[in-house]
Amino acid sequence: MTLARTQSIALIGLHGELVDIEVDISDGLPGYSLLGLPDAALMESKERVRSALHNSGAQWPNKRVTVSLSPAWLHKSGSGFDLPIAVALLIAQGVVTKVNHDFQVIMGELSLDGSIKPIRGVLPALIAAQELGIESAIIPAENLAETRGLTRLKPIPFAHLSQVLQYLEEGVIPDVELKQPVLHVPEIKDLSEVVGQRSARFALEIAAIGGHHLLFLGPPGTGKTMLAERIPSVMPELSSQESLEVAAIHSIAGALVERQVDSRTPPFVAPHHTTTSIAMVGGGAHSIRPGACSLAHKGVLFIDEAPECNAGVLDALRQPLESGTVAISRVSGTITFPADFLLVLAANPCPCGRFNGRGLACTCSSVQIRRYMQKISGPLLDRIDIRSYVEVPSRVELSAIEPGESSADVRARVIQGREVAAERFKADSWKLNSRIPASQLRHKYRARREAMAFLHAELDHERLSARGYHKVLRTSWSIADRRGSTIPGLQDVQDAHRLREGSQIL
Amino acid sequence: MARALQRIGADGETLVASYLEAQGIAIVARNWRIKEGEIDLVARDGGMLLFVEVKSRTSSRYGHPLEAITPIKALRLQRLALAWIATHDQWGADYRIDCAAVHFRSGLKPEVEYRAGVL
Repeated sequence: MTLARTQSIALIGLHGELVDIEVDISDGLPGYSLLGLPDAALMESKERVRSALHNSGAQWPNKRVTVSLSPAWLHKSGSGFDLPIAVALLIAQGVVTKVNHDFQVIMGELSLDGSIKPIRGVLPALIAAQELGIESAIIPAENLAETRGLTRLKPIPFAHLSQVLQYLEEGVIPDVELKQPVLHVPEIKDLSEVVGQRSARFALEIAAIGGHHLLFLGPPGTGKTMLAERIPSVMPELSSQESLEVAAIHSIAGALVERQVDSRTPPFVAPHHTTTSIAMVGGGAHSIRPGACSLAHKGVLFIDEAPECNAGVLDALRQPLESGTVAISRVSGTITFPADFLLVLAANPCPCGRFNGRGLACTCSSVQIRRYMQKISGPLLDRIDIRSYVEVPSRVELSAIEPGESSADVRARVIQGREVAAERFKADSWKLNSRIPASQLRHKYRARREAMAFLHAELDHERLSARGYHKVLRTSWSIADRRGSTIPGLQDVQDAHRLREGSQIL
Repeated sequence: MARALQRIGADGETLVASYLEAQGIAIVARNWRIKEGEIDLVARDGGMLLFVEVKSRTSSRYGHPLEAITPIKALRLQRLALAWIATHDQWGADYRIDCAAVHFRSGLKPEVEYRAGVL
C-alpha cells in the first residue's frame, strides 16, 4: 500500500473537527510536502516524525511523501498530528498491515527518540470524538489522567511509537507505567478561618445563592482576598457535565496542572490587576486560547485592586457578563468560549487605602477618592448587585476563640436556597435570581405590597434609580430564599437595598 | 581519495547504462558537459529522450543518495536537459528526467535503484 489514512481531531476553540490524515508515497525525488493549512509547529512535524521513525526501528521512505490533512480549508495547529502522520506513513510503507482504524482517532506529539509526549486540549478533542461516534483513541500516556470523565470512548495510552506499532500489528495494549502528572492544585480554604465579618459573610452567602456579582470595599489587610478565596467553598458542587466542561477549557489552556480533571469544586481564578484584556478574555495570534474569564467558567473570577486595572480590561468583561460566553475574532475565524462566572471585585476605598470610618487616617483629597472609584466604569458597576464594606475586625472579634461558621454549613444553606429558586423558575429559562429579566420583576416576580411601596418611595425620593430598583428586587429574592420566605417582604427588600448601597447589615 | 570517489561515480554510471541497455534502451551520450553542468546519461527509449542523473554511494551515512538532489539541483537538471535538446536540435521531442541511485556495499553486488520521471 502506498496510500494510507488515519484520523485525528483539530480543535477550534472548544469545538473539535474530525481531520483525515492521508499519506501518499510515490516514486520521485525524496521529498515531503504537507498540505492542509498547517501552522509552524505542524510544519516542523516532518523532522520529528523522521527521527522518531528512525529511532523506533522503522524506515523513513526515501521517496516523495505527500501528507494531506483534510478538510483542507481548516487551519490546523500544534504538534498533536505527529503521531497520526507517523502511523499513516508506516501503513503506507506496509510496515503495519493489519489495521482497523475506522473508529479510532490518534493524537500525540513525537519526541526524536520515538517517545510520545503530552499535548494540550486532549479532553475537548476526545469529547468531540465521542460525539462523532469514535470508539477509541490512541493518546499520549501522560494525558490519560484528563480523560477520566469520558464514558463511551475508550482512550488507549501509549508512551512510545514502538508500542503503537506493536498495538496496531498484534493488538497488544502496552502496560504503560502511568506517570501521575504533578498537580499544583491550590488547597480549598474554609470560611471558618475568617474572623468576624458578619456583614461581608452575609453578602458573600447571598451572592452565592443568587449568582450576584460582588464588590468588596475596604482598607488593606481587612480580609477582602481571604473572603473572596473562600467563595468557591460555599458554592454548590459542579455537576459532572459542568465539571467536564470546565476541565475541557483548562485542558486547552494547558492549565490542568492547577486543577484535577474531575474536580467538582467551582474554579477560582484571580488574575493580577496588571493583566491585559487579551489575557482576561482570551486570544492569541495563531491558536486562540481561553482567557481568565473562561477559566473561571462556572466559578469565581476575582480581581483584587480592581481600580488599579488598566483601562479597558474590566470593561472587556462586560460582554461575557451579559451573555455568559466570550467571542474572540481573529484572522483565522471567530471562536466562542463559555464564560459564565461570578465576578468578585475588591477595592480599597481610596488611593491611600486608609479611608475607614470617618476617614481620619486617610491622606487623600476628596477629589482623589471620587476619581478612584470612577476607574471602575459605570456600566460595569451597574452589573454588580452587591457592595460590601469589609471593616477592620474589632478587638472582641479578633480575640474570639470560637471559629467562624464553616464553609460546609454555609454551603448547605446556599444549596437549599438555590433549590428553592430552581423550583420557582422551573418553567423559566433561567435558574438564578440574578438572571431574572427586568420585565418579569415588575410582574410575575414582584415583592410583597409593603416592600414594593418602600421601593417606590425610594424611587420618588430619587434615592434609587430605575436600574437600582430592579437590582434590589433581584437581590431581595436571594435574601428571601436564604430566610425561607416565599416572597420577599419589607425586611428582605430593605436589606437588599442596603447591600446595594454597601451599608452595614445585621 | 578524490580519484577513488570519481571512480565510484563512473562505475555507478556504467552500471546504470548497462541496466538501461538490458531493457533495450539506447544510450545516446555519457557525461555530456557544458559550462552550467553535466548530464550523466542521455538515452533514447523509442521516441522518448531520457536524461538520467546517477548518484552513487558506498554507505547511507549521509542519507539516501537521492536526497543529495536538492530542489536547486533538480532545477539545474531541467535546464541542462533543455540545453541538450537545444544543442542537438531536438525541439518538440518528448523527454523525461530520471534519477538512479547506486548502492555499493562491500561484499555485496551493487544495487541499482531507478526512478523514472522524477521532475
